Amino acid sequence: MDQFLQHLVNASVLGGTYALLGIGLTLIFGIMNVVNFTHGAIYTFGAYAMYLAAVALGLNFFVALPVALVAGLAMGALIEFALLRPLRRSDIDTTMLVMIGAGIILQSGTLWIFGGVAKAVPTPFPDAPLVIGPVSVSYVRLFVFCAALALIALTYFTINGTRLGRAMRATFQDHDTAALMGVNVSLIYTATFAIGSALAAAAGALLGPVYVVFPQMGDLAAVKAFAIVILGGLGSISGATIGGFILAFAEEIGAGYISSGYRDAMGFLIIIAVLLVKPTGLFARAERIG
Amino acid sequence: MTRLLAPTLLVVLAALPLVLKDPYLVNALIITGIFTICAMSLNLLLGFTGQLSLGHVAFFGIGAYVSALTALGFDVGLPFGLRVTYEGGSPLVGFGLAIVVTGLAGYLIGRLSFRVRGAYFVIVTISFAEVVRLVALNWVELTQGPLALTSIPNMTLPLPGLGEVALRTKIQNYYLVLAVATLSYLVIARLVGSRLGRAMRGLKENESLALSLGINATRTLTIAATVSAAMAGAAGSLYAHYIRIIDPDVFLFSYTVTMVIMVVAGGKGTLAGPLVGGLLFGLLPVALRPVMAPEAQWIVYGAILIAILFVMPKGIVPALEALTRRRVARAEPNPALEAGAQP
Repeated sequence: MDQFLQHLVNASVLGGTYALLGIGLTLIFGIMNVVNFTHGAIYTFGAYAMYLAAVALGLNFFVALPVALVAGLAMGALIEFALLRPLRRSDIDTTMLVMIGAGIILQSGTLWIFGGVAKAVPTPFPDAPLVIGPVSVSYVRLFVFCAALALIALTYFTINGTRLGRAMRATFQDHDTAALMGVNVSLIYTATFAIGSALAAAAGALLGPVYVVFPQMGDLAAVKAFAIVILGGLGSISGATIGGFILAFAEEIGAGYISSGYRDAMGFLIIIAVLLVKPTGLFARAERIG
Repeated sequence: MTRLLAPTLLVVLAALPLVLKDPYLVNALIITGIFTICAMSLNLLLGFTGQLSLGHVAFFGIGAYVSALTALGFDVGLPFGLRVTYEGGSPLVGFGLAIVVTGLAGYLIGRLSFRVRGAYFVIVTISFAEVVRLVALNWVELTQGPLALTSIPNMTLPLPGLGEVALRTKIQNYYLVLAVATLSYLVIARLVGSRLGRAMRGLKENESLALSLGINATRTLTIAATVSAAMAGAAGSLYAHYIRIIDPDVFLFSYTVTMVIMVVAGGKGTLAGPLVGGLLFGLLPVALRPVMAPEAQWIVYGAILIAILFVMPKGIVPALEALTRRRVARAEPNPALEAGAQP
């Protein structure tokens, strides 16, 4: 039972950042109908931005984090503007392949500039973990969990409580009608991709200091994000949030009680199972098979 | 013009070892040939049926492992106390088994994956490939995991009077790959030209219309996936017996990306496209190797993929065809204009 409690705590900490990744991807997927293969590379980009800001520029940890987030925002806007805007009328396969190309460039560029050796990001938190009864958790993980929850709340508020969010939801429902009502759909697309990318970068910047930063860290993160989106249903923020925690929980239980080697297989198995059994996702409203 | 491309290419490639002696270049051509077979098989799905499968490397890898394990033998424990021990045997049997097993895997995965379309199909196929990679990495008793399968014997061929002869030299392997590639090309050309091939293209152009004409979508797509997978499995087997060492990295997503770039750049849905794309991207590393690091090469590949999708989204071969058609049209004046319409 104690062991189970510990797994539950670990899963919750991990689930927060997974949810961030998933929300970023589900926004882009749902609103723009773009399968974003740069998501993993942006996650890596965020982690390296954190590393650069905290180590090379010597910024305070709590200042470096927003810097990484803004870097992700800018990178997302750039990719949307340069690559997706000209391809708006292309089919989904073409944009998917272009995104794969962009992802390769980002990832290989990171490898080229920083080399393959993993980097560590120092944190201001004490090394000794916080121990409550049978459960122990390090302070940095606790902070990551709280920061992730804060960002999820912020995104939720942006989507549901602001003019921009209302325009995004309108575009998701019907972009032609939204355009007729005076919504600048092009701007909404750029904003969506930028916000989605910022969330991925934030996830990377938060998990980078917990583990280490290396160029291929985004590969698995991308697939996990896809798993979360498929689990939660297209374009659903609450679905992605719950999906993030379910995936983290499945991984933690799978690694703890089955085999740690298959930890990362959980995401893929969830994708396959959900798509084959209930292709609309567990919490979906929108139809998705086309 | 592109009709003659494949036979011309075959003659040139068959004659090439007579002048080309550099073992590094022959090696590059062998690897290029193996990946061109993969690209051709992927084109059957991506180009002719319009289904973007990004899990193609799974079949390449399964083919490599099945063939290598058939040649090397294994001793593996199964649940319920069962134990399978196999001594190892002929690589040629491995080649055949690789085709059968990957064909079967293609059939099963196709059966399951074709229940969804578009982006979901893409993600399911990636997931299958990654699950297979993780199994290869973790089932150490069978695959040796990251320690790799080593000392895989060379491919053998039964020759009249000589028994089974091992193909040890690069030139022998070169001709083996060329033969398998030619055979794959002929199979695809035959398939695409048949009634089934028309059904595939019908599904690509308009699935609802094709269904209304009585085309069985799942059956047609599954046949394409089976043939495609078996061919990639054959390529994997050739790879295993040529390189003679394989590890779970044969399942890496970057190999799938290489195949996709070959098909998209050459021209998906054309017979000559994967040949052109395969040769181009197979030999590009040879050209780029002296001037840049592998990471930088990948940046170039990514940029070329994007550039091709922007500039000629249909690929090189269709672009060339359009160009020659325009030139022919210019050379032969339009009779309607000559007949005296007023300027």
